[in-house]
Amino acid sequence: MADKVLILVGTKKGAFILESDGARRDWKLSGPFCQTWPINHFVARPETGTLYAGGGDAWFGPAVWKSTDLGKTWTHSSNGLAYPEGQEPISSVWSVAAHNGSVYAGVQPAGLFRSDDDGETWTHVEGLQKHPTRPHWNPGGAGLILHSLVIDPADDDKIWVGISAAGVFHTADGGETWEPRNRGTRADFLPEGENYPEFGQCVHNVVMAAGANGRLYQQNHCGMYRTDDGGVKWESIEQGLPSSFGFPAAAHPTDRDTLFLLPLNGDTKGRYMPDAKAAVWRTRDAGRTWQDLRQGLPQENAYFGVLRQAMATDRMEKAGIYFGTSGGALFASSDEGETWREIEAHMPAILSVETLTVHD
Amino acid sequence: MTEQPDIIVRLPAILVDLFPGAQRRVEMQAESVAEMVDGLERLWPGMRDRLCDSRPAIRRHINVFVDGERVKLNHRLSAGDEVFVLTAISGG
Repeated sequence: MADKVLILVGTKKGAFILESDGARRDWKLSGPFCQTWPINHFVARPETGTLYAGGGDAWFGPAVWKSTDLGKTWTHSSNGLAYPEGQEPISSVWSVAAHNGSVYAGVQPAGLFRSDDDGETWTHVEGLQKHPTRPHWNPGGAGLILHSLVIDPADDDKIWVGISAAGVFHTADGGETWEPRNRGTRADFLPEGENYPEFGQCVHNVVMAAGANGRLYQQNHCGMYRTDDGGVKWESIEQGLPSSFGFPAAAHPTDRDTLFLLPLNGDTKGRYMPDAKAAVWRTRDAGRTWQDLRQGLPQENAYFGVLRQAMATDRMEKAGIYFGTSGGALFASSDEGETWREIEAHMPAILSVETLTVHD
Repeated sequence: MTEQPDIIVRLPAILVDLFPGAQRRVEMQAESVAEMVDGLERLWPGMRDRLCDSRPAIRRHINVFVDGERVKLNHRLSAGDEVFVLTAISGG
């Protein structure tokens, strides 16, 4: 059994950590960290337990915060996290991924940076900005943000990013060259007959299935999708779900066919729980069939939303799953979504949820 | 070569808290606000990024005042100037 499970919560007003032993019954909250900056994404490097929190402050701009002692002390850096003089400055860090020797940061306006000294200094991965489609990228509702950052565990050079609303892009050479990977995903907001462009889709979240091997899942503004070839072709998996709209997606830690989604009622209907009844939806067969999981979740007056990075699984044998609401509530399940409990009710608006499972 | 003017910089607590060992009141020599920022960066590496963006310009929600006037990076400083760095009203 694991020593402990940490839930890493990025909020509109700081980062927080909830900690429990492997039983995941009693959770202890600590924080706020990062001087109450808005933290869009708060992640851990599993091998070392180093924590990284990316965000942007209205006064002081963007930075990635780091803690090597599970949150007791923090430093921050934006050294090199900048576009050339004269360009629109970076306002915020939106996604962080620690992989092997590197840390990656996705930013707004959309771009990718890498640090090879554990977050002390940053280098622009310029290839993405050099893509010929770049002048035609349009911002989504939250701005032109690089929010999804997926690195192939078997090959550091293979990276997928999700940009709102430019779509999914992939590099197989560590960021030198990129290509759009959006075939099969819809853009319902474009004129009839132009709904399957090469790029410009409003991707909301991309996650990699357990074991990788080319399988990714995507929650889009317009549908839910699976790919088995690294995004060369996406297939719709929205049949059986209450809507085609939502933000987060969370892959099961060990079963590549299991995915958790949290569909909202629709993009023009308030973007909260369908019928104001909260449910997480789970597939066990890669999206062919879906089951709603609502035991312990509010079944009346649930007028909350859940943002794109605000749902995650842990790495326990029976996977835990967690999501945070835009109203500041945090829900947890320690049995793969069968039963749920509200473990925090009054946090700031939750922007991201990730976990760290610490084994002995 | 003329000597650079002696100035006093006043920093907000919320900024100083980001840099261990930083002080609210700093005496230094600087001919312009840009040079003052250079001086702060030498004292506490990383402070420039908190005060300025990459245009480069003073950040939108940071205000720098000299003699009651809001000034920019190119503002010339004189001996005895007291430069106030303040956070604007912001947030929700």
